[in-house]
Order: sequence, then C-alpha cells, then structure tokens
Amino acid sequence: MDRNGPTYIVLFAAAVCLVCSAFVSTAAVSLKERQEVNKKLDQQLKVLNVTGIIKEGEAADRATIVAKYEQHITPKVIDLESGQLVPDADPATVDVKKALGDPALSVAMTSPEAKAAQVPRKPKQALIYEVDLDGDKATDLFVLPIFGKGLWSTLWGFLALEKDGNTIKGITYYEHGETPGLGGEVDNPLWKAKWIGRKVYNGDKVAIGVKKGAAGTVAEDPYAVDGLSGATLTSNGVTNMLRLWFGEAGYGPLLKKLRAGGAS
Amino acid sequence: MSTKTKEVLLDPLLNNNPIALQVLGICSALAVTTKLETSVVMSLAVIAVTALSNLSVSVIRNFIPPSIRIIVQLTIIASLVIVTDQVLKAFLFDISKQLSVFVGLIITNCIVMGRAEAYAMANPPTASFIDGVGNGLGYSLVLIFVGFFRELFGSGKLFGMSVLQLQTEGGWYNPNGLLVLAPGAFFLIGVFIWINRVIKPDQVDAS
Repeated sequence: MDRNGPTYIVLFAAAVCLVCSAFVSTAAVSLKERQEVNKKLDQQLKVLNVTGIIKEGEAADRATIVAKYEQHITPKVIDLESGQLVPDADPATVDVKKALGDPALSVAMTSPEAKAAQVPRKPKQALIYEVDLDGDKATDLFVLPIFGKGLWSTLWGFLALEKDGNTIKGITYYEHGETPGLGGEVDNPLWKAKWIGRKVYNGDKVAIGVKKGAAGTVAEDPYAVDGLSGATLTSNGVTNMLRLWFGEAGYGPLLKKLRAGGAS
Repeated sequence: MSTKTKEVLLDPLLNNNPIALQVLGICSALAVTTKLETSVVMSLAVIAVTALSNLSVSVIRNFIPPSIRIIVQLTIIASLVIVTDQVLKAFLFDISKQLSVFVGLIITNCIVMGRAEAYAMANPPTASFIDGVGNGLGYSLVLIFVGFFRELFGSGKLFGMSVLQLQTEGGWYNPNGLLVLAPGAFFLIGVFIWINRVIKPDQVDAS
C-alpha cells in the first residue's frame, strides 16, 4: 500500500490511536484504586498532623494512619449555607473540589471577605472533623478545612480548634504553590508552632490574622501571628481566608453556638 | 558492551549533553530542582519516557507515513507520559504531588521529541532505546547537579535531611534564598555549561 496515500495514513493514524488509548486506559483503570487509596490516606494523615496525633514529618505507615484515624477522627458534614451540621449526611459523598466546579453543588459569594480571600464560590456542603484525643467519646478538637488565594496559588489547609471553639491547636497547609523559601514557609514547622494557643475570636469578631513583623507571645498578642518575611501577599492570603472561613459565610455560626455553650 | 553502544549511551552525558550543549529541556530543569528528591524522580521519569518513546518510534519507524510522523511521535510520547504520571500517583504519591504539573509537561520536553525525530526515526530499536536512556541520563546529570546545590545551599538539606543547620531552626546557616528561586537554577546550569566547556573546548560556540 502506498505509504503516502490518504487511506494508509488514516488507517495508520487510527491504529496508533487505538493502541495508545488502550495502553493509557488500561494503566489508568488498573492504577485508579491505588491512587484513590493514596489520596484518602494523604488527607487522613494531614488531619492527624494538624491535631498533633501524628507529628508532622514523623514516619507513619499505612496501617498506623488508618488505625489512628479510625480511633480518633469522626468526619461530619456541615451545610455551609446554614452553617449547621447535617447529622445524617454521608461524609464520603462530600467532595469540596468537585463541588466548587459544579454550580448545583456550590453557591456564589459576594461578601467583602470572600472578595478579599478571592474565593468566589463555596461548596454547599463541606466536611469538618471531630477529634477525640483521649478515647472518652467526647470531642476534644475540631479540624476545619480552609482554603483561599495566596500570591500564586490557592492554599488548601486545615485549622484545628480546641473544643471551646476559639483556641487554635494547629494549622497546616497540604497543598499550595507559593514560592519555596518565601510564601512556601507556610510549611515551616516553626511558623506553624506559633499559632498554637492563639485565639480566633475576640468577642464575636474574627480577630486572628498574620501581622507584619513579629507578634508577641500568646499572652501578649493572642490574635496575631508573625508575618512571613518576603511574603506579604501570602501572609495576607492566610489572614483573608481565616476571616472568611471563620466568619458568617463559613464556620462562624457553628462555632458561635459552641462558644455560647461553653460559657453557660 | 560494544564501543558503539557505549558511545550511544555515554555520549549524551558530557560530550553531547541535551541541556548543556543542545540546551533542551531547560524549563523543567528550573522547576523541579529545588530538592534533590524531586530531581531524582523527575530524572527517572524522563529516562523512562525517552527510552520507551525512542524504542516504540523506532519499532514502527518504517511504517510511519512521513507526512504525519510528528503527530504519531507526539501521540506515543503523550501516552507514555500519562502512564508515567499515573504510575507516580499510584506508587510515589508524595513526590508526584510535589512534581505536580511538571510530569505532564515531560510531553513538551524537547529532549524526548528531539531524540525520537533525530535518532529513533533512523536507527534500529535497540540502539534507539539506548540512545533514549543516554539522553535521559544526560538530562538527569544536570538535574541532579543543580538539585544537589539548590537543596544544600538553598535549604540546608539533602534528600530532606538537615545537613547545614538553619538559623530559623536554631542552627548557624543562613540559606541562600536565590537558590530556591528559578534564577538560582539558571546560574547553576550556566556554571555547569561553563565547566563542561572548559574541559571540552570543542563545545565552545564559534563566535
């Protein structure tokens, strides 16, 4: 057959496509299960990291992560439109990233907080995690997902709160694309350690934020954390996303109830 | 190993290095070399893709219609890259997260297509495979060189282990912030090319 003839070319192209697509789909399908497991495990590890149950960087194998997660963590679905928990919803059905891309599963936000954090939409449902540290079945910590824009990228993370709904237990970012060494210092364990013990709310106002320069000790400066030098925009991004997610549009209503309950 | 095989395999390391002499694949060399670990994994991924794409292209080289040869090469390379990405996600999840989009961008790495077009289209499968491995190794050499210096002096670590105690962690070393940014890699690649050309003066461009 003539190698330059159109019939040969079309047939050849079709054959190449067929072989390649069979190859790619076989790989994708056969590896999918493993990848899903990895993804889930990674999320679980990050939740455990932010609570301090497994220290960050500490080596933990698959079985340990799964066991500790089962033992300590209970995911709960929160309705972000009302700000209340949905007790009978199945946490496994919630996928925040997918929801953000689907107009049926997310709502637009126009508040100044949302503009500042550059989060134009929020999912209708999100997950929060209740953490039982000592095995008495009572919630000791809450892990709340946060996300918002930094300088280059959207930062995705978790913030852990004590059961008073106000005191910070830990913060971590599990996905971001900020400049290593500058904004990427949100990963620095020393910087993250500075958050512990600080308060989110002053009265009902979200007061926590990253300030320029160094903040004082927890007692002197309960609502501020050291800025990241050379990364003002990332620092502002962190402040803005906290203002958004702990305000009315996010976990504000839920935590307000919690704080009121603690006071009575 | 015959002399010819050795030449095909080792020539791209220093004599005809894809980055240093051919100046291909610079983009990813800047992006993934802030750490040694990611550099090594990226190197392995590129070696796998160049070797296998060279092999597959060479096997069917006599059947490829000349008018669509580039598209055929690209289809093969793209498939291999997607599979590599999937494998990394399944077995080296943490690292694949750090490499993020750059594994996918191996498709646009000029080394892969350059070798398929320049070598595999005209040589038998075994030689093409070895040429692919050799060029992948040449790329790796530079990546690991750059990654070593960037991680050591940029963050005081090697493979994530503290080597130079950082001031921010109570040590003495004040890291060089330039090295963790892309320009740091430019300087290092420049130094690599410089050293390479001092040793091998025949690589100096006629000007």
